[in-house]
Amino acid sequence: MSGEASLRTFHGIGVSAGTAVGPLVVVTPAPKPPADEPATTDAAAASATVHAVLEQVASGLEARAAAASDHARPILEAGAMMARDPGLAMGIDTQLGKGLGITTAVTAAVEEYCAMFESLGGYMAERVTDLRDVRDRAVARLLGQPEPGVPTLSVPSVLAAHDLAPAETATLTAETCLGIVTEAGGPTSHTAILAAQLGIPAIVQAVGILEVAAGTVVAIDGGVGEITVDPSDEEIELLAERKRRRAAALAGGTGKGSTKDGYPVALLANIGTADDARKAAAQPVEGVGLFRTEFLFLDRDTMPTVEEQTATYTEVFTAFGDRRVVVRTLDAGADKPLKFADLGPEENPALGRRGLRLGMIRTDVMDTQLQALANAYQATGADVRVMAPMVATQAEATWFAERVRALGLPKVGVMIEVPAAAIRSRGILYHVDFASLGTNDLQQYTMAADRMQGELAALLNPWEPALLDVVALACDGGQAMGKPIGVCGEAGGDPALALVLAGLGVSSLSMAPGKVPAVRTSLSLHTREQCQQMAAAARAAVDAAGARAAVLAMADPVLLDLI
Amino acid sequence: MATRQVQIASSVGLHARPASLFVQAATATGLPVTVAKEGGNPVDARSILMVMALGAKHGETVVLSAEGEGADAALDSLVELLSRDLDAE
Repeated sequence: MSGEASLRTFHGIGVSAGTAVGPLVVVTPAPKPPADEPATTDAAAASATVHAVLEQVASGLEARAAAASDHARPILEAGAMMARDPGLAMGIDTQLGKGLGITTAVTAAVEEYCAMFESLGGYMAERVTDLRDVRDRAVARLLGQPEPGVPTLSVPSVLAAHDLAPAETATLTAETCLGIVTEAGGPTSHTAILAAQLGIPAIVQAVGILEVAAGTVVAIDGGVGEITVDPSDEEIELLAERKRRRAAALAGGTGKGSTKDGYPVALLANIGTADDARKAAAQPVEGVGLFRTEFLFLDRDTMPTVEEQTATYTEVFTAFGDRRVVVRTLDAGADKPLKFADLGPEENPALGRRGLRLGMIRTDVMDTQLQALANAYQATGADVRVMAPMVATQAEATWFAERVRALGLPKVGVMIEVPAAAIRSRGILYHVDFASLGTNDLQQYTMAADRMQGELAALLNPWEPALLDVVALACDGGQAMGKPIGVCGEAGGDPALALVLAGLGVSSLSMAPGKVPAVRTSLSLHTREQCQQMAAAARAAVDAAGARAAVLAMADPVLLDLI
Repeated sequence: MATRQVQIASSVGLHARPASLFVQAATATGLPVTVAKEGGNPVDARSILMVMALGAKHGETVVLSAEGEGADAALDSLVELLSRDLDAE
């Protein structure tokens, strides 16, 4: 039992607060053809085996299609059609005839079509994902393994995976997915952001979760990042009690954000689409602190027209009435390339021509977007504030501010996500009205640690004192210039870290709307002076864990129920 | 062997939804129907992958062939299908 006992409780990084108890469903990764796969000697027999497996894949997808939503059904039906495709079967037979091992042959035949479709682009290129999904399912079955991907959740379950791709998380709902635990990923990974949006408790960097057998009941706490395997009734009751206390602590508050002694900290929502805007506008938030506009541009062959952009922006502004909407202009670059404005591959896309840097090269793209924003502002008279991403120098900030003001837009700001901009925030703020700290990128640049590298998660903990020092520098500049500085990174949604940020002097916090209630309650329990003391204590700590512990030790005990 | 020539009427060409409808109709005939671009190699019309890879564009002529009982009637129905702008329907 001692070996098992060590696996009973383990820890990861909690990225979406809340608790859940349920059976574990494991998302299996797609298997690769074994390198030592024996060559095919009896092509006819191998062909019969592959055809039978493809038929199983097709009927499996059809069964899922029958139970799927209107949105997901056509995708699953298209997959079934491809699994039964005679052209695919013929391609596989050709590879088997050459003597390739059975799963190697399936992979080679699929890749041949993928290469052809990718070269055709557009609609055809999108089918490549469907085709590779069929391949992964067929290869898994041929190897005697379960089909990969998120299985159908027939009972509410806790999902465990190495990591989840955006496509896999897109179909999840809080009704059937009680919680998410991943081995990889980080606090700013897609999984973390999506789970927070859906209000699903989630833990990342939980090394060992995949060693727990599927079906085992687990209890998870997405705030503290703890997983208990096979919990006792007592442990389940403790967790339930914690859930009740959390609900009680969150109940009631819907007003504007402020500290116990009335220092205002605006609580805003991060959104990405007009649909997000409608949902967030129904919540008690004071507006939008970050409207990411990329969705309008990605997967497009041509730039969206002024008219199309104007219509979308008008929809978003209208949803929020007289509440503020902070719009970030297009943040694209080599890692999120645009077909109509691709400057080519770069060695280090995160350090390359992205954000405003791309906008300054492709002024047509920038001006079209700004014109559409100006039109939507004219049409609605909304409280529109436009900011640019990836600003490093005062000259860039000035260039942007002049362009925005020339179109009659009322307020212009910049993102502070490059350390240079934080260090010299006075100059950056000289010609603009406000700044917003993008803590996710600011941290990746401060620590020189790639956000997408799950293995570097330890360097990307937002409690890192070095990040807090850089934030403090930026806030000092804001105070000296008398201009507001907000936070729109994930850090602002942590109810404990929010206190530190308020103590450092930020005037607004923008986050996934689901995180607002806990942050509102947390602020209301502490005075501004307490927040300042917490900020000083966090900055005095030697590391992230020390900073967090110091703040929690100073906090109102109710805060512990919120995280 | 029955054959027919037909111009692709769908504005997107023989792609996406039109290709899918054509493949379903070809499969439903129960006959080994093939489709080729003029002068090109015929491919199995029951394969969405092969039909899409053919890349027949709007206004291009394709050649349909089939053998067996009812081949003429089957090809006539497929010609009728490809003569409509399936994407607009």
